[in-house]
Amino acid sequence: MTSQDLYRTVRLIRRFEERAIDFVRSGEIDGGIHPYIGQEAIAAGVCAALGPSDVITSTHRGHGHVLARGVNPARLFAELMGRESGLNKGRGGSMHAADFSLGILGANAIVGAAGSIATGAAWAARRQGRDTVAATFFGDGAMNEGMLLEAFNLAALWQVPVIFVCENNGYATTMPVESAVAGSVTARAQAFGIPGFTIDGQDPEKVLAATKSAVGRARSGKGPTFLECTTYRFDAHHTFEHRARLTYRTTEEVSAGRSRDPVEIQGARLTAVDRADVDAEVEALLDAAAGIALGSAHPDPAAALAYLYASPEVMR
Amino acid sequence: MKLSYLKALNRALGDELAVDPSVFLLGEDIRAAASNVTAGLYERFGSDRVLDTPLSEQAFTNFATGAALAGLRPVIEFQIPSLLFLVFEQIVNQAHKFSLMTGGQCKVPVTYVVPGSGSRTGWAGQHSDHPYSLFAHVGVKTVVPATPSDAYGLLVSAIRDDDPVVVFAPSGALGVRDDVDFSTLAPVPLGVGRIARAGTDVTVVALGHLVHDALAAADELSSLGISIEVFDPRTVYPLDVDGLAESVAKTRRLVVIDDSNRTSGFAAEVLAVAAERFDLDAPPRRVTRPDGAVLPFALALDRAVQPGRDQLVTAIHAVLEER
Repeated sequence: MTSQDLYRTVRLIRRFEERAIDFVRSGEIDGGIHPYIGQEAIAAGVCAALGPSDVITSTHRGHGHVLARGVNPARLFAELMGRESGLNKGRGGSMHAADFSLGILGANAIVGAAGSIATGAAWAARRQGRDTVAATFFGDGAMNEGMLLEAFNLAALWQVPVIFVCENNGYATTMPVESAVAGSVTARAQAFGIPGFTIDGQDPEKVLAATKSAVGRARSGKGPTFLECTTYRFDAHHTFEHRARLTYRTTEEVSAGRSRDPVEIQGARLTAVDRADVDAEVEALLDAAAGIALGSAHPDPAAALAYLYASPEVMR
Repeated sequence: MKLSYLKALNRALGDELAVDPSVFLLGEDIRAAASNVTAGLYERFGSDRVLDTPLSEQAFTNFATGAALAGLRPVIEFQIPSLLFLVFEQIVNQAHKFSLMTGGQCKVPVTYVVPGSGSRTGWAGQHSDHPYSLFAHVGVKTVVPATPSDAYGLLVSAIRDDDPVVVFAPSGALGVRDDVDFSTLAPVPLGVGRIARAGTDVTVVALGHLVHDALAAADELSSLGISIEVFDPRTVYPLDVDGLAESVAKTRRLVVIDDSNRTSGFAAEVLAVAAERFDLDAPPRRVTRPDGAVLPFALALDRAVQPGRDQLVTAIHAVLEER
């Protein structure tokens, strides 16, 4: 994984999200999205450290994770637009993007829910003799969900090869982390005997390095690792906020937060020419992807409950 | 050979663990087999197949979903029916929704077994619920076997099914024993009811332990020349509407006895189906727990809010008198 590869990933996520916000505004995406803008280094760094047989779980703010894991951007756009060619055939949408062929066990819209799912998947893979590591993303808000803390305990007890990636962007929607988390975030994981580290979540190289050692620990049978990646959400919690005029963050705070931009941090490691090449490559890819998605068929309402059961009985 | 209901569940688990290496059990106190359902299985299959869990119901229920996504067939034992309220999110909002939300990319074959559902003498308000109607409402496959053979056959089918299935083993049925030829034990398909007793005057729909009350009521009424047909749907969801229709076409009278609270319960659904589809000679009746019931501790109070045989007999007389 070169500096250029990492830059390509953060740039791809940034430009994907900016285009997706435009599609929300133009009405091509119903319901809005939770933009990942500002947090791109975490998805890029974590996924760069994983191998093809590894798995991830994602969150309501999940486009970055699945793009970094390698999904086809056309199929992600199509999913956000509710098209039949979407990753989930238009049945999941922004908060549920999944691609099992890439080990993406789904984005989960219930905060803190996926940690225990990833732990179970990693345990089961090991039991079946596979060398799989699971990385599970969640935000600082999830640190107050009991089932996630329960998952830390199970993972530590059974030495499950799972990496808990906490994207601490300072807010659970509008609730500041200082008002929500007693003690420290990493200390909660450490209390279960899980090695816990706080890393700069704006720098893809640092996230990659920390994840590589966590992956090494997991593969050598040493169990889970907890990574608190400090970051800042540059945009809204959700695009509804663009109209809602919420005042939980001051303009000064947002400006300060945006001053450490992962795209710029990683971009500065490339020559101007290389960076321009990657930028052009990303735009061409996204132009084509958006075009494919916009041209894709809408699902047939008669099949609204297709896939409800894996083994359908007679349902009325 | 005599087979008890509890032993039938144990045998089904043992047989499935033996034939399918992807099956494993998890839950609280299952190594020690506190509920007896998993007796001897830890010794036979070891700690990877019989996974004793800490008291972390929400995490281990999602853990099972993750294990299922990774190719295994987990079976979770819940010692207390009311724990299903605690993990309603993990079963309904997670396990059940994965197939549709991913556009059919995955399956979640998890079985949730509740040995001792409903009232258990002396266990009071937070250990005595029978929430099978809730799971039917949200569309999770749900079974409530009445007999040892069905307990065996439905649990096997639940484990082999590719979707989440909840198996309620009513406390009131755990002591039931059947004369069974073990070589005839076989999977019982989900969604197919059975006639527990054939009759011509009234169809009584009953599930689980209440099937035995319905059979006793039928015996009692036969001396009065009343012929009761007892229909045991076995599966709450999906309901065997065709099997029920066949029975009601014969009797044209219907009573449902159901250990759910009244509003939006299983009996309410059966009566709605009857209103939509059946040609009846008298308005159907239901015998249920009262609206919003919480089971009080004192035994007389507990029994007072459970549907019972006397109420059933009264309801049967009522549908026979009305025209």
